[in-house]
Amino acid sequence: MSRKRWFQVRHDVSGASRRWLTLLAFALPLAVWSAVSYVPWIWHPVVKIEQPGEVSWMRAGQLVPKEDFAREVAAAKEAGLTLPSGKRANPIFLPAPHEVGRALYTAFTTKPVLRGDRWLHESLWTSIRTIFWGFVISSAVGVPLGILCGAFASVSRSTEPFVDFVRYMPAPAFGALMVAVFGIHLEPKVAIIVIGTFFQQVLVVANTVRKVDGGLLEAAQTLGAKRRQLVWRVLVPASLPELYNDLRILLGWAWTYLIVAEVVGVSSGITFFINQQAKYRNFDNVYAAILIIGLIGLVTDQVLAFLGARLFAWKNPRPSRFRTFFQRLFAGRDVLLFPDEPAKKEISA
Amino acid sequence: MSASVYANLPDYRAQAPAVAERFRKIKERPVVLDVQHLTREFMSERGPVTALRDVSFQVHRREFVCVIGPSGCGKSTLIRIIAGLDEQSSGRMLVDGKEVSGPSPERGMVFQGYTLFPWLTVKRNVMFGLEMAGMSRDAADREARQWIDLVGLGAFCDTYPAQLSGGMKQRTAIARALAANPRILLMDEPFGALDAQTRAQMQAHLLEIWRSVNVTVLFITHDLDEAIFLADRILVLKANPGEVQEIIEVPVPRPRSLEQLTSPEFLATRRRLDELIHPKRETPTIERLPIVRLTEVGDEVE
Repeated sequence: MSRKRWFQVRHDVSGASRRWLTLLAFALPLAVWSAVSYVPWIWHPVVKIEQPGEVSWMRAGQLVPKEDFAREVAAAKEAGLTLPSGKRANPIFLPAPHEVGRALYTAFTTKPVLRGDRWLHESLWTSIRTIFWGFVISSAVGVPLGILCGAFASVSRSTEPFVDFVRYMPAPAFGALMVAVFGIHLEPKVAIIVIGTFFQQVLVVANTVRKVDGGLLEAAQTLGAKRRQLVWRVLVPASLPELYNDLRILLGWAWTYLIVAEVVGVSSGITFFINQQAKYRNFDNVYAAILIIGLIGLVTDQVLAFLGARLFAWKNPRPSRFRTFFQRLFAGRDVLLFPDEPAKKEISA
Repeated sequence: MSASVYANLPDYRAQAPAVAERFRKIKERPVVLDVQHLTREFMSERGPVTALRDVSFQVHRREFVCVIGPSGCGKSTLIRIIAGLDEQSSGRMLVDGKEVSGPSPERGMVFQGYTLFPWLTVKRNVMFGLEMAGMSRDAADREARQWIDLVGLGAFCDTYPAQLSGGMKQRTAIARALAANPRILLMDEPFGALDAQTRAQMQAHLLEIWRSVNVTVLFITHDLDEAIFLADRILVLKANPGEVQEIIEVPVPRPRSLEQLTSPEFLATRRRLDELIHPKRETPTIERLPIVRLTEVGDEVE
């Protein structure tokens, strides 16, 4: 297909282009980052000293603004001193991709500097536990309450105004209170995530349940369904795929609350790791940790999306991507991968 | 239809002996649905509106009654009230002599929009009513299969609704409604969303099903031919407010077939319905649009 199709309004691109564009989405920022890091005349506002020469205040490895460096060189030349030498470099807060790449590996293998410090994997595990419990506790109450709000106007009217009110209070504002109530360890952090997630969750779930086609409820009623069955056998299954997607999105929000939650009480988890590494000016480790959070988010989301497509096959009946991938992989080869594959016929009346 | 087609037609009230005998027998049967003085009013922005006024009629066991009327005559409101999905302002309904209100499986409903449960397969959809009635999974499964075979979807038991065509969806919906064993089957323009060909096929299917199943049908449509083709009697409503204008006994003999669409009895009934629904006006011309000519000379299409 021609390139024109890429810019057709609300028109999807072909499968191959789709993959390339996805790759591009990641390759482009990486390319920009690499360009800024490796092409010496792009940005590079400081000079990394290699030989201090006879300039008294310079040390090897020091980063000096390039204007200062030029001035010192001129001054040294005039005074007949040994000239300092150095290379153009980027400020310390922008490490090059390969340094971050290396840090991604070494962050897991480097021993903590201080006795109280944690390994990266320990920090990550603490964070994941915090998120997990926060999200599970919030969902355990929020989803059923949201479903009730969506099903019964009386519950909705008596609950949602207050929920809506609390929703606007920023979760971090409850930090000090939570520490007073729950102490300084994991509990107040979980509480912050619950506060951040729960109130949104009730409203989002209620809205999703309200969107269920009223015709389905009427049909069920003429088939003899009573109140309890209307909720359990119609509203819940009908909204389940959307609820699942809602929870996926809310889980993403929970991660954003994590960072504020973790500085409450005793700083812990990935936030503590990041702060500690920034203190040591190991910015490659900081980037590595941020990237890992992004990766965890991306991977969980993709896994959940994949499971969702499988769980709610009725919503979008089509051959699974997983299957087609393997079929294409073995196309033309004499391998019976899926012997039970039904003949795909066009169904018509 | 032009006047020439209607020339020399018999009176639509004239019935052949066999047809007259059939109606005599129908009227001897017990009344399944008895609608008495049904009125429905609601408030709109422009004040109170009467959607239905004093609608009364009876449907006998195993009778096929169609309700027809111009748009806005309240025929959908009528069937929704009978199904218990809407509430009347006054009047009452009796099923088998007992007053009813609220939805119940004894008054099954087939909707224009199918309303199949998309997360259930064809079979599980049909099982829904049976399970609501407290039947065990196994028994419901067996019974559902019979109903699915009846509507000719045996090969699609495990298919999800999204994969079915419109006609197949509506057949599933009919099977689902029938499986709940209703005393009367209410159908609200069930074939309105189907293309002409599928529609004709579905009408034939429905008559076949009705013949072999112990069920009474109340069928809403705005298609005059559909009403004549299907019904024993046609309840004609008029709009603003919705009132019963006439109840017509269709003189077309059964079994019905598509050839009858041009039979004298059919056309006579059709003429009567046309008169009732599209009454003659003083100037039956179509209003001209004030369009300026935009084509070139010699480019005329008519």
